[in-house]
Order: sequence, then C-alpha cells, then structure tokens
Amino acid sequence: MTATDIDRPAATSHRAARQRERAIRKGEPGAFSESKRRLSSPGATIAAIIIAAIWTVPTLGLFVTSFRQPADINTTGWWTVFTNPNLTVSNYVNTLNFTDTLTVGQSFVNSLVIVIPATLFPIAIALLAAYAFAWVNFRGKNVLFIAVFSLQVVPIQVALVPLLSLFSNGVTIGNWAVFPGLNLNSVDGSFARIWIAHTIFALPLAIFLLHNFIAALPVDIMEAARIDGASHGQTFFRIVLPLARPAIASFAILQFLWVWNDLLVATIFTSGSNFPITKLLTDLAGTYGQTWYLLSAGTFLAILVPLVVFFALQRYFVRGLLAGATKG
Amino acid sequence: MTAFFQWLAGLPPLAQIPVIVVAFGIIVALILFFVEFAPRQGRRYMIMRLVVAIGVPAIIVLILGVYNDAVWLVPLAAVLGGGLFLLDLRARGGKGSLLQLTAFMAPAVLLLAVGLLYPLIKTVIAAFFSNDGSAFVGLNNFGSVLAPSNQGLQALGNQVIWVIITPILATAIGLAYAVLIDRSRGEKVLKVFVFMPVAISFVGASIIFKFFYDYQQGNQIGLLNQLVVLFGGHPVNWLQSYPLNNALLIIILIWTQTGFAMVLLSAAIKGIPDEQVEAAELDGAGAFQRFTNITVPSIRPTIIVTWITIAIVSLKVYDIIAATTQGQNGTSVISFQMVRLFENLPPQTGTSSAEAVLLFVLILPFLIYNANNIRKQRLGL
Repeated sequence: MTATDIDRPAATSHRAARQRERAIRKGEPGAFSESKRRLSSPGATIAAIIIAAIWTVPTLGLFVTSFRQPADINTTGWWTVFTNPNLTVSNYVNTLNFTDTLTVGQSFVNSLVIVIPATLFPIAIALLAAYAFAWVNFRGKNVLFIAVFSLQVVPIQVALVPLLSLFSNGVTIGNWAVFPGLNLNSVDGSFARIWIAHTIFALPLAIFLLHNFIAALPVDIMEAARIDGASHGQTFFRIVLPLARPAIASFAILQFLWVWNDLLVATIFTSGSNFPITKLLTDLAGTYGQTWYLLSAGTFLAILVPLVVFFALQRYFVRGLLAGATKG
Repeated sequence: MTAFFQWLAGLPPLAQIPVIVVAFGIIVALILFFVEFAPRQGRRYMIMRLVVAIGVPAIIVLILGVYNDAVWLVPLAAVLGGGLFLLDLRARGGKGSLLQLTAFMAPAVLLLAVGLLYPLIKTVIAAFFSNDGSAFVGLNNFGSVLAPSNQGLQALGNQVIWVIITPILATAIGLAYAVLIDRSRGEKVLKVFVFMPVAISFVGASIIFKFFYDYQQGNQIGLLNQLVVLFGGHPVNWLQSYPLNNALLIIILIWTQTGFAMVLLSAAIKGIPDEQVEAAELDGAGAFQRFTNITVPSIRPTIIVTWITIAIVSLKVYDIIAATTQGQNGTSVISFQMVRLFENLPPQTGTSSAEAVLLFVLILPFLIYNANNIRKQRLGL
C-alpha cells in the first residue's frame, strides 16, 4: 500500500464533510423549495422560535444591563428598560479604565498580544508536519500519526504543572542542570511562556486538521509536480500552501477563539501585568460580584472580539468544527 | 534565549507582536530553506548537510542556555546530529531525504515531546510522591484527594454528573433543534441564535448566567428569581443551594455546547438522501416515525462523535466553576480542584497531580475509542 492509498479514506470523508457544509449554506429559501413544503410545519417553527428565545434571553439581559445607569441596575430588573429607557454608554468607558491588578483596557490589549502569535505559531509548525504526514513516505508514519492524534485528548490539566516547572526550574538529571529554565519568573510583562504553552497545546489538533485537508488534495496535482521535478520544498510552498488556505483559515479561527476565550492556561502561565481579559474578568467577578455595571460591560468587551470573528467568518468556523469533530 | 525574552518583555505589549512574529518567521524560513536544498546532489550540498546536521543541534542546546556543568551536552548534540547525517547517507529516499524529513517533523515532534509527553509522564510520577516531591508515598495522594473531608470525593461525584448530563442534554436539544429548523423558512437566522454561544467564552457565559441567577433582598434583578416571584414563590439564592447549584452550572455548559451539537447534527441531517425520506413518506410514516426510523439511524456516527466531544469538554471544565462559585457550596469538580490545590502556598504538587491523573483516567476510555477509530480510518477498514 502506498501512502496515498492509506490516506484515501480520510480524503473522501473530508470531502463529504465539505459537501454537507455546502448543503447547510444552501439552506436558504428556494434551494430546497420542494422538500421545504414537505418538511417544515408551523408547529415545528414555533417550537424552534421558543428555543431560540430561551437561548437568547440571558445574553440579552446582560447586554441591556451594560447600557443602564449603575444606580438603576441594582434596584430594578433590566426588563423595565422597555417601559422606562434610561440608557448610557458610560459603563463601557468606566470599565475600560477600571483598575484591579491592571485596567480592563490593558488586559484587552494583553489578550491581543497573546492571541496573535499563539495562532500563527502552531499553524506554521503544524503545516510542516502535516505535509510530511500526508506526502512523504517514511517508516512508522501511521504509528506516529496516531500518537500525535492521541495527545489531542490528553487534558491540558495534566501537562500544566510540569510545563510550568520546566519553564521556571528547567530540567536536572541527577545533579546536572541540563536546561536551566527560561528564567522569566521575575520578568513582569513577558508573554513567552503563554505563547509556547498555547502553541504546544494546539499542535495535535492543528496537525490533525491540516493533515486531513492536505492529504485530500488530488494525487494528480502532486504527481504532476513531482514529474516536473518539483522538490518537496517547492511542492509545499507552491502547491500545498495556496490550496490549503481554506483549511488554514478554519483552524486559525478555531485557535483564535480558543486562545481568546481560554482561562485555564492563562491562570497558570500569566501573572500580574499580563493577565488577559478572561482572567481579569474572573477575578473581578470574584471581588466585585455585585458590581454589575462593571461585569456586564466587561463581559461584552471580552466577547466582542469573538463575536465579530464569528459573524464575519462563520463559514470557515463551521467548516473547522465539522472537519475537527466528524473525524473523531 | 532568556536574554531575548527579557528584552522583549520590556517593550510595550503591542510592540511585542511584530517582533516575536518576525523572529519566528525567520526560523521557519530557515527550515524551509534547508528543506529546499537538503536533497540536492553534489559536494557543496553534502557539506551544507553535514554542517547543518552537526551545527543545528549544538546551537539549539547552546541557545536553550546550558549551565557550565552540562557543557558536554553541546558535543553530545553535535555527535547525535552527525549520526543522523551518516544514517542519511544511506537513506531509502536518497541522500538528504532523511534530513529533509527531520526538518519537516522535528519542530512539531520536539515540542509535543517536551510540552505534552514529558509533562504527562512527570505528572503521573509526581502523583505518587509527597507534595514537595521528596518522598515516595504510594497511593496516599489519591487517598487524601478522595477523603470525604477534602471535597475530593464530592468533586469526583460532581465531575461524573457533569459528564453524564451535559453531553446527553446538549446533543438531544441540539438534535431536536436541528430537526425542527431543518428546511424551514429562516433556518439560517434561527441557527445563529443557538450557535452564537459557541463563540462566547465560558467566562462570559458564566457571568451572563450569574446575572440570570442573581439573588437580592427585596427587588429582584435576576430574571429567574423574578419569574419565581411572578408565580408567587420566594426568591432563592440559587448558586448557594446544594445540590441544585450543580444543575444550574451544568446548564451553562449545555447552553454553550448545544449550538456546537446542532451545527454538526444539522450537517449530518442534510447528508441523508432525499429518496430515503420520500420512500418512508410514501409508506405512510409520520414525522416522528421518520425521525426515529430514518434520521437517527442515518446520523448515528455523528451523534456518537458529538456526544464524545462534548463529554471530553465537560471533563475539562474549569472556567465555569472558577468564574461562578469557586467550588463553594459543593460545586467543585476535579479539574477545578486540581488547579486550586496547585495554587495553594506551598503548591500541593503531589495531590494536585493525583487529581490530574484521576482526570486522565476518566478521559482514557474516550481516548482509546478515538484512537481506535482513527486507526481504522487510516488502515481503510
């Protein structure tokens, strides 16, 4: 069996996933006019609208609250706003400048500083490995691939403490200090540890998703390139990278949302002045549990970025979820 | 490397982004450069390969910053690189192919080995040693973690409840919703309402629901208590009333995961051939019969995958507990306990590791199932 034979099943089912996803997009009126008549009933639609309403009300409540006067928030319910509107945006201004260990505005910037490198790094490293897994023949390939895939399910909780001690104390074998550690504990403002941690934790899924896509590229194209004398380096750069752009976009969005929304890794690997917004919000919720003008505005500042990404790039996001999950 | 990171930390946060991205880009460019030239034949490329094979491992060891008493690591790395070079001379794919493969795979494999595999092994070992790592204590850590007085047993029980309830309800509601809106007018818009929470962080979702569950003396500002009052009841301090508070926290996770299940299952439903549905209809099957006899069997693999994915998410849940109750009032779970123990002063490394191992054991069945699946796919069975 050649490598391409082995990769075939992955290829077909990935294509199936993409077809299904295309079908979702066609779910707009008209595309299924015949079946629509058959399958949708008013009762079903009403039930769906009720579920949708239940799903939206909690968010709406906090959203409305974030625009109310602080004095009103703690005395009357947010639903009274519909009869007695008295709105303001000052909560957002006050929250951005609110200082705990650092201002909410600064933690927002920190989130950006963490998320951009932590999205780019794993993609680059995973692309290299994914290409080799898909199109370079070598012994032990399947075993290594399954090992990498298995690491995806290892709870990061298991890795956190030793990784932190690796960063701060290094490794010693017997009395020999083999690696002294990054020595960054006292360096306030360094993001190195959280960049590295996020990069490592993202690799298994990144390699897996990108491999599935790259392995599904048509054999003919790869063969043609090889016959024309293209090396692996050229094939990677000229053919695989441009064609894999949709898969890269899908994973980039997943990873972006994951890192932006992460709390656990940030709790362990950031300190003081480089808390991201999720960590600061959690602390605020603990300390100022009833200060709702602050928590509501802070929450919507924190979820603003993911929501923008979500609405702008929903198509790629769905594709990433489908490729990631339907594969196991 | 430490010096570089220390210098970088001194820059304003936003300025750090371009610097680190460019630095990383240079490394990737060097790797690609080597990949391109490695397999070329001729004396010049042979010398280049030799220099890279010996030099790069040595330089990496130097950059990582060895102590004086471990300088021998530098020649050792160089010798290992030299060995790889010799192996490469008789590689099956021709000279240079092995080094090229190494360049493709080494960054990922090394990072995974150092950042996931090594910590995994180390955690398992630490779970059997005392909290300062000095003495072997056997199963004592597990004993003290699960002792009733330490909340550990309760945390384990709660975690099991999370894992059972969340995937079932999220998948069921997601499936019901996907079927209800399938091919209806405004399907796209209706989808967004349930799907949106997927993009919201657990921290955001927790605060949204904390407000929803809010309890006050006098006038209620939380909608749930307002509804209770509206129907003539007395407001309840929801997050402090055990065991109900656990269910209320689980609802937060269900709220975020249902959209994920819905999107996956909806895609699978679209994949069912129209002929099957039509045939069932001609045979006189009603909507519910079509659902149980056609839809569910056709998409069973997707249902299982969805269920497993959400089960794994609910095993790893930490954020929701951290942002709401901090594990108070009987709401702790293992994944939260583990971090809490580690953040103690001094860190309870032993017991914390035992919690992590416990979590890993809970996840192991899913891991085996998934690895088995992927093995079958890879072998084309």
